[in-house]
Amino acid sequence: MTNDNLIHYIYGIADNSLILGQRISELCGHGPTLETDIALTNIALDLLGQTRSYYKYVAELSPKDISEDDVAFLRTEREYKNVLLVEQPNTDFAYVIVRQYFFDVFHFMLLKELENSKNVNFQAIAKKSLKEVSYHKRFSGDWLKRLGDGTEESKLKAQQAVNDLWVYTDELFHMTANDKKVAEAGYGVDTTTLKVPYYETITALLKEATLDIPDTKYFQKGGKNGIHTEHMGYILSDMQYMQRTYPDMKW
Amino acid sequence: MKNQGKKNVRDEQMKSLEEIFEAKIARDEKIEPKDWMPEKYRKTHIRQISQHAHSEIVGMLPEGNWITRAPSLRRKVALLAKVQDEAGHGLYLYSACETLGISREELYDQLHSGKAKYSSIFNYPTLTWADIGAIGWLVDGAAIINQVPLCSTSFGPYARAMVRVCKEESFHQRQGYEIMMTLCNGTQEQKDMAQDALDRWWWPALMMLGPTDDESTHTEQSMKWKLKRKTNDELRQQFIDQTVPQADILGLKVPDEDLKYNNETGHYDFGEIDWEEFWQVVKGHGMCNKERISARKNAWDNGEWVRDAAVAYADKQAEKDVKEAV
Amino acid sequence: MSKKNWPLWEVFVRSKNGLEHRHFGSLHAPDADMALKNARDVYTRRSEGVSIWVVESKNIKASNPDDNGEMFEPAADKAYRHPTFYELPDDIEHM
Repeated sequence: MTNDNLIHYIYGIADNSLILGQRISELCGHGPTLETDIALTNIALDLLGQTRSYYKYVAELSPKDISEDDVAFLRTEREYKNVLLVEQPNTDFAYVIVRQYFFDVFHFMLLKELENSKNVNFQAIAKKSLKEVSYHKRFSGDWLKRLGDGTEESKLKAQQAVNDLWVYTDELFHMTANDKKVAEAGYGVDTTTLKVPYYETITALLKEATLDIPDTKYFQKGGKNGIHTEHMGYILSDMQYMQRTYPDMKW
Repeated sequence: MKNQGKKNVRDEQMKSLEEIFEAKIARDEKIEPKDWMPEKYRKTHIRQISQHAHSEIVGMLPEGNWITRAPSLRRKVALLAKVQDEAGHGLYLYSACETLGISREELYDQLHSGKAKYSSIFNYPTLTWADIGAIGWLVDGAAIINQVPLCSTSFGPYARAMVRVCKEESFHQRQGYEIMMTLCNGTQEQKDMAQDALDRWWWPALMMLGPTDDESTHTEQSMKWKLKRKTNDELRQQFIDQTVPQADILGLKVPDEDLKYNNETGHYDFGEIDWEEFWQVVKGHGMCNKERISARKNAWDNGEWVRDAAVAYADKQAEKDVKEAV
Repeated sequence: MSKKNWPLWEVFVRSKNGLEHRHFGSLHAPDADMALKNARDVYTRRSEGVSIWVVESKNIKASNPDDNGEMFEPAADKAYRHPTFYELPDDIEHM
């Protein structure tokens, strides 16, 4: 178990929080009501806060003299290891909620396991994040029920979002060679064990929300290996704009 | 004749009610929503509080423009939290306004149709990261000067909302000044960026404190109702006096050739404000008037199906509860 | 405009155990569950609370200020309800 193994393992977790946090931040000021706007921003702030804890740890582990911001802003697209799900756009409020719920359920299960990691930093971050994510899961789940079992229009929109985003769920449970190594050493989580309970949970909620479960057998993948969707380049050009335009400055 | 007599009696009664009302305010007693109040008091408060609320939520947009591009994670979360606070402040103020018998939806309609005004400064564009610093430092600085006296205004719900707003806002100006400070301690390129932002935001910030006293229509009445404690010109002088030394510390030059400390008055003398520009922006000819309103309107219109879904769901649940009870 | 708008709720927050719930403000929400969540996000962002109550505003019955005379003034001359009404020697203790 080298520091490098750990660093790459962290990318696989923390980049999800960063990119989803970035995506939700785009909505600040544009929510369907002020109350919902404020709630979504709280979720973004939680995710970005988690990201900072992980990246600070990466900076500690790294042999180079780097900061959390170097980790966040100065990698190339291939070096970001977030799943494809979190980079999907804010097409409408249904996509925002479904993406959030699909991620939150996984995120919660992952952190529950990570709390038992042999690594004390992972334990600490997981412990703190669990409270936040447990609220996110409730928020997105409650909204999904309202959209699914709301009006005709909201049901259609929610179903569309479920159908479109479903294909990105399987990737949540992919393990890279490095993930396996870190999990076997007792530091990381074997996410393959989460798959069955994950689908049980989201299937139950989708049913409660009177939505259909897609029967897709083909799933999209790639993010965990750095192969992203076309959206990722735009996310990064936005996010990295300042660092790329004005290299080596303090802000 | 008989009717005329009745009307006179009514006018007399009204006059004495108003006198009691004004005396109450003069004694520093608060007016609460269900208390009797002159129609003009109600209308003026709806106008001022809603303008204030609109300014908060339109004000989210120019800063929101830089959230996704914030240059560090620390700056990103601080900016997000700040813009989120502005949503909260809008919410507190709309709620205060609603106690006067108008709904948030009606207030939004006024904003979206262009009937209601909001602070003109938010119609200027945010072009660089330094603008986020300048807005926090100058725009929030000017806002604080306007807002602190409102914590003791006569209308209870407005005063209480302002106490909360002022308490939360204390980090906003510091956030902006820290950004400016970092730029001014940075490279030449960063210093230039900071100076450029000051050049563009200085005059609009001065205008933000309102037209000169001889042009200002509501001042006397507003003073009586404690919607205003000082005149626009006094507030502007206070803002300049406290901000110029802050610019000096940054090593930035305030873009006013006539700016000079006056030893006799103990205040800064300053140059002519371009009021023509101010009125043009108020009338809708600023760089971003259209974008700002359409962004607000889109958020609301695109959210309609979401709000309807939640109401429909709530109705279904309530029906279920009734059935279960039976 | 929405066919049916979200109703208004009043939010009461207990700042810490031992203190009463205090009126913090109001907000709009489609139902009680959402009202609670929104209240958490709107009114306790800076750790202002440990417990929240929400009540739909229309369920609050408020007294009318026009009746303040008959409602509250009759209590004003009942000084005998207050300890200072009773005259006791200055040197008496534990009372």
